Amino acid sequence: MKLILALVLVFAALLPARAQDAFLASLPRLGAGFAEQAAATEEMGAAGDPRALPVLQALSDGRVLRRPDGALLIQTAPGQAVEAATGATANPAGAETVRINNRVRAALRVALGRLQIVATDPDARLAAVQGVLRSRSASDIPILETALARESVPRIRAQIELALAASRLAADNPDVKRAAIAALAANGSDTARSILLESRSANPGLSDEITAAVASIDRRLALRRAGETLFQGLSLGSVLLLAALGLAVTFGVMGVINMAHGEFVMLGAYTTFLVQQACRDIPWLLPWSLPLSVPAAFLVAAAVGAVMERGLIRHLYGRPLETLLMTFGVGMMIQQAVRIAFGAQNREVLSPSWMQGTLELPGGIMVTQNRLWIIVFGIAVLLLVMAAIRYTRFGLEMRAVVQNRRIAATMGIRTGRVDALTFAFGSGIAGMAGVALSQIDNVSPNLGTGYIVDSFMVVVFGGVGSLAGTLVGAFTLGIVNKVLEPYAGAVLAKVAVLVGIMLFIQRRPKGLFALKGRAADQ
Amino acid sequence: MAESAPLVPRPRPWSTIALAAALLLLALLPILNGLPEAHALHVSDFIVSIVGKWICYAILALAIDIAWGYAGILSLGHGAFFALGGYAMGMHLMRRIGDRGVYGHPVLPDFMVFLGYPELPWYWLGFDNFPFAMAMALLVPGALAGLVGWLAFRSRITGVYFSIITQAMTYALMLAFFRNDMGFGGNNGFTDFKDLLGVPLNTRTARAGLFYAALASLALCLLICAYVVKSKLGRVLVAVRDAESRVRFLGYNVTSYKLFVFVLSAMISGLAGALYVPLVGIINPGEFSPGNSIEAVIWVAVGGRGTLGGALLGAFSVNGVKTWLTSFAPDLWPFVLGGLFVAVTLFLPKGLVGLLRKRGS
Repeated sequence: MKLILALVLVFAALLPARAQDAFLASLPRLGAGFAEQAAATEEMGAAGDPRALPVLQALSDGRVLRRPDGALLIQTAPGQAVEAATGATANPAGAETVRINNRVRAALRVALGRLQIVATDPDARLAAVQGVLRSRSASDIPILETALARESVPRIRAQIELALAASRLAADNPDVKRAAIAALAANGSDTARSILLESRSANPGLSDEITAAVASIDRRLALRRAGETLFQGLSLGSVLLLAALGLAVTFGVMGVINMAHGEFVMLGAYTTFLVQQACRDIPWLLPWSLPLSVPAAFLVAAAVGAVMERGLIRHLYGRPLETLLMTFGVGMMIQQAVRIAFGAQNREVLSPSWMQGTLELPGGIMVTQNRLWIIVFGIAVLLLVMAAIRYTRFGLEMRAVVQNRRIAATMGIRTGRVDALTFAFGSGIAGMAGVALSQIDNVSPNLGTGYIVDSFMVVVFGGVGSLAGTLVGAFTLGIVNKVLEPYAGAVLAKVAVLVGIMLFIQRRPKGLFALKGRAADQ
Repeated sequence: MAESAPLVPRPRPWSTIALAAALLLLALLPILNGLPEAHALHVSDFIVSIVGKWICYAILALAIDIAWGYAGILSLGHGAFFALGGYAMGMHLMRRIGDRGVYGHPVLPDFMVFLGYPELPWYWLGFDNFPFAMAMALLVPGALAGLVGWLAFRSRITGVYFSIITQAMTYALMLAFFRNDMGFGGNNGFTDFKDLLGVPLNTRTARAGLFYAALASLALCLLICAYVVKSKLGRVLVAVRDAESRVRFLGYNVTSYKLFVFVLSAMISGLAGALYVPLVGIINPGEFSPGNSIEAVIWVAVGGRGTLGGALLGAFSVNGVKTWLTSFAPDLWPFVLGGLFVAVTLFLPKGLVGLLRKRGS
């Protein structure tokens, strides 16, 4: 408290002498009768002198004392006080508490609200501006104008401008009002819209202008909402894409129903956690733990996948239902093993600083950085997978085995090895999905369970064996989900999407991008 | 189906006798429960209620077996039919609580008073009537299976695709039932039941009554399934399982055969759920979770798909091991269950019954 007072005094010394006089002139009246107190409070609030803030705050808290000689003190702790005018330490002995009534309290609330607009703490300023925004009175205009002239933080400036426009709308001069309507229309936020609507009944002469302004805001808001919905849909879609890509390889290409797929995703998320733990001791490495996790998660999940394929799945090719049951059992065991090793509670994976925060796109569309990165990551992984299948030796052999296993074997391709590698590849992609999911979901043993049904839906919808189908399927489902959400709620939107897919499969049982020709019969 | 599944094994006289003997033995449990506690043959209340639960599971396993084992329709959503039957019974039990709930409302169940429902939703009407509720426990799962099956079989969705669709179905229902404003109690479901048909549920009489009702239902379902399996219809179903296209080319309407067995199977599951709820005293949306349905499938796989006795054997043995194991090492159970999935598919494709047959011959 003393420190703040001292700062305030230094600040006060820099102010023009007249303002100092106004503050010091009003100060003693705070110790006079209730009517005088209220009037002085209002004057101090209107003057906007920062030194008044601690005094009025103390008065409102009942910590202002009056010495018998009439000087006011501020009690800082029991038995300790400072002079209200100078901030010098003073002896509170013999001083009595200055009492206030409800009228003074009301005046204090208004004055404090106005004074906080010039507070040093940006959060306090923002809260004060929002308080003034609620009151919307023409008498706030001069205070807001001074505050706007001083303000340098853009976020708070925008709020002050909004509050200023709202206050000007309450002014008497119709030209000032028109300017305010134009400013509110330009602001275009939800708040500006409701301020305009509220002012309609009070300003019958301006109703045309107000209606036009509201309509223009509505258009922009609708556009912004559409943009935000689209972004959320793309973001959900990229999560689905990541989760489903691995499945598109194991299910689509190999025909293996891997119900443990979700557990591979979960293993990827836990690998991210472990890599971060390992990086914790090396400070310069910590921001890079997430990029490092991507290959690590790929390798961990791929290794588990390769072991699973060679040890178990190999024996069940051509028996899809048995594979389904067996992999479900394996998933159950992996999940329980992780639960025993790491505990059932969530593990925290921190986001690097470059992934935190929100970004404002043109048109006021707010997007969170980590979601943006996940979209980028999802597309990058898809391109890598496509390139691996199209341009590498492994991809060529994989396609050969899928198209005709016997001829491929005759040509000297070791089909067993290709099977193992393909399955490991699909599992590794799932592991990379886990890295992305660790940024937006809880890292817990049942992380993967929530995505497995959706991933299968994406693959079935997009068309089994088609990466393009997986891409289109994932983004379609993501966007449809987010478009339906405001009308139906998150859960019913999901239900509606599932029902929609079932109906879609009626028309195209093989999915959106069905394989044609001989391969489709398998 | 690519794999070479055997024709329906001809039931051997001794297996029928063993099955009948086992059912009769089970029927003794409530009587032994009535003996004084000091008596050597006394059976505790816990045993009676847990075996009662297993009987309900056995009915569910039977339902899965006639669809999967005989017609090759692997549904991963049978838990949904089971839970829907359970919810129908739960709604009846909730209505029977009357004004004995915490809020003492004469008509509305506690959770509806709590959530501020002005009156009973229309779909709750009639559930105070026991025969109506029982009919719903059969008809609602039957209708859902009819709809899903019709959509799926008509467009020839088979094998794993069908499995995935049914899994999505139960998942969607789980999400829906978790919602508070569905009028089904949200994530708490229904509980605090008081009585059924005027008998307080926590009495020995009620336990014995429910046990016998479950046992009689099991016997009845067993007879129905055996009849279906032995009939010409059952033969066609096996043919569909082994070579669906060939049966279609022979002029059979495969869709209606599959639809029939799927709806029958769903209704039997609904019955199992309706019997299960008063025995355990609670029903909540967790019953819809895909994991539950898959666990039920593994009972059938462990016992031996394609044999009715195998389904029962699987349900009893897996749940027996589960009860025994979870009492002292609950952390171990997922490993054992997961291991069962792996071991049965790799080493015991015909399940325990197959193992017994091999030993026998």
